Amino acid sequence: MKRRITIAALTAGVLVSAMACSSSGGFGSGSASPAASGASGASAATPNKTPLTLMFGSSGPAETKAVQAAAAAFTKQSGIPVQVIAASNLTQQVAQGFAGNQPPDVFYLDPGTFQNYAKDGVLDAYAPSLPNASGFAPALKAAFTYQGKFECAPKDASTLALYVNTQDWQQAGLGAPPANWDQLKADAAKLTAGGRTGLVIDQTHSGIDEFLYQNGGTVQDSSGKVTLNSPQNVQALTYLKSLLTAGDMKFPSQLDAGYSGQAFGENKAAMDIIGNWENGALSSDYPKIKFKVYPLPAGPSGVHATLSFTNCWGVPTKSKNAAGALALVKFLTTPQQEMTFANAFGVIPSLQSAQSTYTKTYPQFSAFVQELPYAHPDIAIAGATQALTAFDSALAQLASGNPATILQTAQTNLQALTSGT
Amino acid sequence: MTAPAIVLVLVFLVAPIAMAAWVSLSDWTGIGSPFASGVHSVGTRNYQALLTQPGLPQQQLGESLRNNLYYVILVVPLQTALALGLALAVTRKRLTGRGFFRTAYYFPSITSSVAVSVIFLYIFASTGVVNGVLSYLGLHGPNWFSDPTGVLQMAYSGLGVTQAPAALANHGFLGLAWWDWLAGPSVAMVAVITLAIWTTSGTFMLIFLPAIYAIPAELEEAAIVDGASGWQRLWRVTLPMLRPTLFLVLTLGLIATWQVFDQIYLMSQGNPAGTTLTPAFLAYQESFGNQQWGQGAAIAFILFAIIAVLTIVQRLLLRDRSAAERSAT
Repeated sequence: MKRRITIAALTAGVLVSAMACSSSGGFGSGSASPAASGASGASAATPNKTPLTLMFGSSGPAETKAVQAAAAAFTKQSGIPVQVIAASNLTQQVAQGFAGNQPPDVFYLDPGTFQNYAKDGVLDAYAPSLPNASGFAPALKAAFTYQGKFECAPKDASTLALYVNTQDWQQAGLGAPPANWDQLKADAAKLTAGGRTGLVIDQTHSGIDEFLYQNGGTVQDSSGKVTLNSPQNVQALTYLKSLLTAGDMKFPSQLDAGYSGQAFGENKAAMDIIGNWENGALSSDYPKIKFKVYPLPAGPSGVHATLSFTNCWGVPTKSKNAAGALALVKFLTTPQQEMTFANAFGVIPSLQSAQSTYTKTYPQFSAFVQELPYAHPDIAIAGATQALTAFDSALAQLASGNPATILQTAQTNLQALTSGT
Repeated sequence: MTAPAIVLVLVFLVAPIAMAAWVSLSDWTGIGSPFASGVHSVGTRNYQALLTQPGLPQQQLGESLRNNLYYVILVVPLQTALALGLALAVTRKRLTGRGFFRTAYYFPSITSSVAVSVIFLYIFASTGVVNGVLSYLGLHGPNWFSDPTGVLQMAYSGLGVTQAPAALANHGFLGLAWWDWLAGPSVAMVAVITLAIWTTSGTFMLIFLPAIYAIPAELEEAAIVDGASGWQRLWRVTLPMLRPTLFLVLTLGLIATWQVFDQIYLMSQGNPAGTTLTPAFLAYQESFGNQQWGQGAAIAFILFAIIAVLTIVQRLLLRDRSAAERSAT
């Protein structure tokens, strides 16, 4: 009996010391990283051949192949091996990497998660040191700026535009695309026929906020204060509500679709406001649909606005080969490489020089690039996932909800996050 | 001798729980070890944000507890009753093809929950099979997975109560007005509940089967000789003999239903309007999605407390009754 207790005590001791070791390891590398980033990190470190890991969330086989090919080309050029990991749940897997002190050296990072990590100070703010740093579109740079510092290089650009089913359009006898809200409403009404709805938009803040900007409203002011509850925004949501109650616009869930692009592809809707990621879905899943893409109609006072979406190439301060990671990002953000990605899986380049090449190559999709100068980045606040999810849930019930209440609730929830810290 | 067992228990049970308990009391941001020097204790702040401070975290916890409460109240009794019914049906001596039915009923349980969830998404689509059958009966089926209306709220409006009485609308608990607590499971949640009952009944049927076979045939025969009807034999002989198994099934059901996660993750992600949010899914979302690890861990411990208390209560209820009966005879 006595012996058993000794063994138990011993094992417990071993376990505790093992835990202490791992935590001191965490502490050690944790204290080392600020020093590294203080010395402007990556660029100062000596290059080595330590293998890199590149983690990304793939939209499909085309993107996976293109990223693998780019990594292989980089390895050939630099001699640094790159392990490419297509994550099934990117946010979760990157979070696990950070928790285990082994984040991937380069990874796709969305603006919302960027805010979280930038706040924690675990990202290498390498972006200004890139040779092409000034060449990125301003709306994209804004999405990856934390407290005035541009940290992470945007990898591509997406804007919301108006997709129109040309066959439905002709059948309804319509002419030029809608230039303002009144025309959008009238066209949607004419296109609503035979079980098909005129317009579909996604029932989330990422599918709806562009209407707030078009009406002269904002989501956040320049100091970061949340400004959702303004009269302009209430008016914009009221306009959308009138479209919903008239039946001229529907949300995808009302059409048995997972997202608006599916409803458009299945021709349950004649118009769709969605980003250029829809092109891939249309060509692979719905090749029979004939469509055109136009810039979004302007608001009542003629304000043009849309939302922009992007990911950046995140690099952690704790990379084992920071110089190598930076070299890889440099390689991935050349105009040539960005066009290679554009050709492979339809993304729009983040560099303005590559964007003009894109417009020449793909004139049918020029609307997306045309909209970039007046695009606003989708809202991103650290720790706001839950508040935004709640906002989305409320927006989905817009048809029966009160626009002012929806905006006020979201305002309160989001404002609590920006002022709380 | 027991050293390996102790090590296993420490590494896989005690250490993770202790770690999670520490995270729930800390400001850990998910970066590096939770025991690193940069992580500070914040006392019970995470718990306060969830339990006492008005705000979104509290409201979402309230919503998730309401949703899960209705889920448990409906799923546990129904799945137990269905499992018992199926078990009794397939143990009938005159039934031909018993093996076939046993396999058929058990099939949903061994199918992966991913596959079952996806199939249910199609079945409950607004143009799916369920609505097809309903329209055949002349009913207009709802748009299941996008309808947040509570079924009890529908009943109230059927009785003419469409507006919340002021007493219920202005007072509440955990950031949720009493009117919302009394809304009942949403239409979307009803679809999830149906799925849960359908998939788990087979498993519990399997637990009932050996228990039914273990009832001595003499008891049944003696009851027949005494002139007991089939119904009386079920209530007076079979069910009392099954009480330990019933306790097991109810306990397992209670624990599993309070922890429902995968169906929610796959089918609704808490939508529509947060009416399928559950504490387990909320803990995941707070931690991995929102990087609020302390709050996520705190939700997990609140859930643990609820399950522990309910299991103890249930145990006391079932034990007390059997003890009382024994002393009476």
